[in-house]
Amino acid sequence: MTRGATRTFWLFVGPFAAGLLLFTYLPIGWSAYLSLFDARNTVTPTDFTGFDNYRDILTDRAFLDSIGTFTLFAVFIIPTTVVLALVLALLVNQIRFARAFFQSVFFLPFACSYVVASLVWKMSLFSGVDSGVVNTVLGWFGGSPRAWIGTVDPPLYWVVLVTARLWLQLGFYMILLIAALRRIPRYHYEAAAIDGATPWQSFRHVTLPGLRGALIAVLTLNLINAYQAFDEFYNILGDSRGYPPFARPPLVYLYYTSLGSGGQDLGRGSAGAVILALVIALATLLSGRVFRRAR
Amino acid sequence: MDRRSFLVVAGLLGVAACGSNTGRGEGGGALKHWYHAYGEDGVQDAVRRYAAAYPGAKVEVQWNPGDYDSKIVTALQNSAVPDVFEAQVKADWVRQKQVVPLDDLLGDTRDDFVRALLDSQTVDGKLYGIPQAIDTQVLYYRPSLLAKAGVAPPRTVDELVDAAKRLTTGSLHGLFAGNDGGVGVFTGPLLWSAGLDFLTKDGKAPGFDDPRAATVFGKLRDLNQGLLLGAPTDWSDPGAFVDGRVAMQWTGLWNLPKITAAHGTDVGVLPFPRLDDSGAESVPVGAYSAMVNARSTNIDAAKAYLKWLWVEKTDYQTEFATAFGAHLPARQSLAARAQSLHSGPGKDAVGFVTGGGRIASPARWPARANTALSDAVSRVARQGADPVGELRSAVDIARTEIARLDR
Repeated sequence: MTRGATRTFWLFVGPFAAGLLLFTYLPIGWSAYLSLFDARNTVTPTDFTGFDNYRDILTDRAFLDSIGTFTLFAVFIIPTTVVLALVLALLVNQIRFARAFFQSVFFLPFACSYVVASLVWKMSLFSGVDSGVVNTVLGWFGGSPRAWIGTVDPPLYWVVLVTARLWLQLGFYMILLIAALRRIPRYHYEAAAIDGATPWQSFRHVTLPGLRGALIAVLTLNLINAYQAFDEFYNILGDSRGYPPFARPPLVYLYYTSLGSGGQDLGRGSAGAVILALVIALATLLSGRVFRRAR
Repeated sequence: MDRRSFLVVAGLLGVAACGSNTGRGEGGGALKHWYHAYGEDGVQDAVRRYAAAYPGAKVEVQWNPGDYDSKIVTALQNSAVPDVFEAQVKADWVRQKQVVPLDDLLGDTRDDFVRALLDSQTVDGKLYGIPQAIDTQVLYYRPSLLAKAGVAPPRTVDELVDAAKRLTTGSLHGLFAGNDGGVGVFTGPLLWSAGLDFLTKDGKAPGFDDPRAATVFGKLRDLNQGLLLGAPTDWSDPGAFVDGRVAMQWTGLWNLPKITAAHGTDVGVLPFPRLDDSGAESVPVGAYSAMVNARSTNIDAAKAYLKWLWVEKTDYQTEFATAFGAHLPARQSLAARAQSLHSGPGKDAVGFVTGGGRIASPARWPARANTALSDAVSRVARQGADPVGELRSAVDIARTEIARLDR
């Protein structure tokens, strides 16, 4: 490389590399360091405790519950999202009339902030008073108003959380799948039609294999997204007094542990973050392995 | 835009962001004073006016909406800003040497401050915060609605449970105590109603290692039958009561002006009732107190300013406590000046504080113990978990966390 080219290289790459180092790798390393200390209310701890934080948080029922809850959440939300996004993509891709309009309509929610959507879901749509949108609609059919977010038994709050998430992210996955659908060559379908394939057979043997790459991407993104759940949970279920012990995602629990008011336990919080990172990495690797085998 | 020009633009933006202001203002020697965002109109103007009137130094007031308590904890870890702030003293801050003792500021006014309040801001015999005003919470009720339903104002926990159920008819609910089913605001009062507390008298152990705690948390499960949930505003706002959604609401005494404006004389107040004869009626007492950041570059000036504002300027202190919302002055001599507390519900509330005021957030009560306890109460009251088992695990965590303070 000439000197000029080297300089250009660093001019372009430098800021990003520095940013990555400073704002991503350094915090990760620091977090791992903090996890080995009793680091309450400090980021420069002196009290080395070895793996005590790990032992502590791995026997902490609240943390384990949060991981358990969110594995269940992932098991539910991932297939639901993928199936619904696929159905939407197939439907929107089929229509001949105003296709761009429908694509935009379904994609637009993705541009909405999670926080804004959470507040709309909490204060307007699923407000517990009789003037809430959902309760008003229920009222037309003679139903009595429900406290959607406050009802724990049965856990109606899941309806609020799941619908908010589906509304926000379905459009994005739909667009990914539509893009993939368009890349499947027409002649595959024509060949299938000539061979007398039924619509289901051509879906099963042409469309699905053609979408495999995109579906794996959608599944993996979904999996990571499910474990990263924070915004809508924090904004819908949290209040000034804290967060209830149910539907508490790992990130919300770690947020309150390490950054909550009163006692910022950065050591335990970091240990939890390291464990969570390992769980996500493992789950992603496993899902990749499973899909590769299915290929 | 092609990829190369995008990268150039993004790169420049990145550089620009790195070079921007670090947040350290050009204020020079000005003292930075932080408050949380009070909900009552006029408080912000008042505290800015007080700061401007201080002759000893330039004081900049910062108003902090949002999660103020977390913001303070973060600032105290490694920032010299703010110099002066309001908060409730935590033993951890003293252990980390993040705040400075203020005993020398009180002088002969020490006896004038409400004793329990000073005690709540004291760790290991030293005072770290000067109480600004007393906040308390009471049970507001509409006498007309209770009379119509044939319900007497509740004086025991069972009567409260019963009243909340019987007052719930149609769209009217019996009681509103927050959208979390009362877990946040009632945990302390429930303990006190059974003669228990967060901590033992000496502050060295959890004060609720007792089967009666399980009993009284079970009552919150029953109470949830008559609670309003899912209101647009939370317990700290009088909205649900003012709008007539509920016959009773647990909220701050500070909302008294708004509530009497809405319901006139059809308002009564009660303390949280007792469980039985061995418990007592109570109201939680909390106080933001003024503190000095140990990393401040000008601790002496900060202390002098605090002494001027929260010890010497009694007219400001009275106005701060009583002119905007109903708080009680932190000093006995000032309570006599507060007209709004001389009759009606205001007077009743003063009596509750005197007779049954309990510290809502003791300095030695750790955040993690609090999370464990409110998780347990929430599981019992809202999910129907076994009170004895839940209490057991909360006691264990609290015991470890409290012991850690003396390590």
